[in-house]
Order: sequence, then structure tokens, then C-alpha cells
Amino acid sequence: MTNTPARNTKVMNRFDLTQRLVAGLKDEAVIGGIGNTNFDLWAAGHRPQNFYMLGSMGLAFPIALGVALAQPKRRVFALEGDGSLLMQLGCLSTIATLAPKNLTMMVMDNGIYQITGSQPTPAAGHTDIVAVAIACGLANSSWASDEDDFERLIAQSKRAAGPTLIGVRIDDKPGTGTTRRDPVQIRERFMHGMGVRQLL
Amino acid sequence: MAAAEQASSKDKAKDKSQDAATTWHGIVLQTLKRNEIKLVPYVPDRVLTTLIKDLHADPYFTTFPTAREEEAVGIVSGAWMAGMRGAVLMQTSGFATLANVLASLAVPYQIPLIMFVSERGTLGEFNYGQALVCRTMRPVLDSLAMEHHTITRLDELEFIADRSIKQAVTTQAPVALILSPLLTGGKTFDK
Repeated sequence: MTNTPARNTKVMNRFDLTQRLVAGLKDEAVIGGIGNTNFDLWAAGHRPQNFYMLGSMGLAFPIALGVALAQPKRRVFALEGDGSLLMQLGCLSTIATLAPKNLTMMVMDNGIYQITGSQPTPAAGHTDIVAVAIACGLANSSWASDEDDFERLIAQSKRAAGPTLIGVRIDDKPGTGTTRRDPVQIRERFMHGMGVRQLL
Repeated sequence: MAAAEQASSKDKAKDKSQDAATTWHGIVLQTLKRNEIKLVPYVPDRVLTTLIKDLHADPYFTTFPTAREEEAVGIVSGAWMAGMRGAVLMQTSGFATLANVLASLAVPYQIPLIMFVSERGTLGEFNYGQALVCRTMRPVLDSLAMEHHTITRLDELEFIADRSIKQAVTTQAPVALILSPLLTGGKTFDK
């Protein structure tokens, strides 16, 4: 395994990619996984359609699946780290079964648990997460080769007949901001952003 | 022939409505429906077999298996925040995998997570591991001050389930409804 597709991709930056995603959004939901993934989502500019996880490592894709099932007309993006996804690989099979076409998943893969001291994950260097996703039945899974390709894959996912997974190789930089850790306010604002609740 | 078929389908319909009123799984299904709970992910359990089959047969429900119980908790949490109600079905040993997601998602975000837990590990358990896992369930629920009820009687099931679902939604707090072998018959060694 010395020539996996993962190694042919440019090593990008999480915050830069997150900014590129957010810049193109209107009313789409975005679920940010635990730690750096949602810190960078927060730093890219808070919006009520963003949901920030403060725990429950590995559940960004399942939470996004729930949102996608509840609101099939709304595009739902989910941002997850490689270490987080390793905690809940089974969810890829569940998502392949339900196949919501309004779901775009992104895996930020740096091969390390950056936030706990940059220890390598058990998958680092040999597990190809996009290949895992394809094997789970998510046919629209691919590595973004560079920033332009990342944006092209996002646009393509909006026209896809099923869910999309985009793998990105990222550097070892920490998150840019820090999400305000107020779970009730995060949830309340998100529900407002989803149009199911008015703020008090 | 046609008349006979008609009569037989009438009988079937009658059986179904009797089922709804007289079996624990029929009451659970009707209570979910009455409370507009459409999304029911589960990790299966032998005792839940008929309920799961009937949920799949009813187009009102979106029901499917997940690989882990916490995945199902994530799914119904996301769905609720986006306006769709859900409930998770699992077995005792599945509940034992949930302490992290309860303490870091359902409780602090105030999500009305509704769980039906088929209770194994007591009243005739034959697997020592199941008996031990069962003993961790109520201490975990109590440590998070979570609402939970153990349902033992058919005549109390609808009241407890219906009221608990309504309380979870209105107080935005999770609830665990534990289905005792006294209610379901449980799973025994000779089955």
C-alpha cells in the first residue's frame, strides 16, 4: 500500500477548506464534529444552521443523517475528523442503506489525534478512508486532490443521486477558534436555523 | 371464494386491532404513532422481534438497524433538532454502551431522547455477562438524574409510555423505558 489514492492528494488546511465551504452556503445545515473540526467551523463565521458537537466523538455523520432524513429538501453537510470517524465506521453502512441524496460528508484526514497531542491514529499511513466508504456502499466517495477539486466535489454533491463523501488530506495545524461551549444555546439556535423553533 | 377472502382479511384486521390493544408490542407501536414518533432506529433484540417486524410493515415509520446504539442516538438527536421525532430500541447490553453520548449529547443539549430498552440480565438470565451488564444500567441512569421507568405490567404500559414520551418532549429531557421480562416474557435458555 505505497501508492494509495490518499497519497496523491495535496495536503491542505482544515480552516481554509472550512472557509471555502462556508463561503458558498445559504441555508444549508452544517454539523461540525468534536474538537478542531467544529472550532474551525465556528471560526469560519457562526451561522444558525451550524451545529457544534462538544462530545459524543464520532457522531457528526449520524447527527447529520438525522437532520437529512427530517428535512429532505435541505442540503446537509457534515465535517468529521479521521479519528472520530474511526470510532463509528459502522455509520457509513447505515448511511449507504438509507442513501439520503441531500447529505455531503467530509472527512478531514491528518492521521493524528491533533487535539490530544498529535498521536497517530491506528489507521495512519495505511487505511484509505475513502476506500472504506466505497466498500461500505457509498459509491460517491472520493479524495479531493486540491482546493479547487474540493469545491468542485461540493458542487457535484448537490446534484448527486445519493450521499457524497469527500476525503481531504489536511496538515497538523490546530483549530483556529474555540466554539463557545453552551450546548443549550447551540441546540436552540440550530433549531431556529432549521426553521423548527422561534428564539425566545 | 371472494367472500371468504374478504372475511379472512376482516379477521386479519380484527387480529391486528386486538394486537394493538392486548400485546405489549402493539401498545408500544400505537403509542409511538399517537405521539408522532416516526423515526425508529434500533439494534435488534430477540424480545423486540415482533415490534421491529410490525414497525417495518407500517409505512408510517422510518425504521432501520444501526451498527451501534450510540449511532442511533445521534440520528434521532439530529432528526429531533430538524423537526422529526424519534425513539431508539435496544437491549440492556446496548444501553451499557451509551454513557458517553448521554452525558455529552442528550443530557447537556437537552434533547428528548426516547429509549425503549428490552431488559436482559434478570428474572431467568442464563448468561452471567448479561446479568452483570444489567446491573450497570440503573446506576448510569441515576448518576445522570435521568428519568426512567421499568414497565412490568401490560395494563400500565400505555400510561407509562404515553406520559413519559410527552414529558420527555415538553421538558426536553431524555427518558429510558425499560421493558421488564415480566411484561415481555424475556428470553430464556430453552428458547
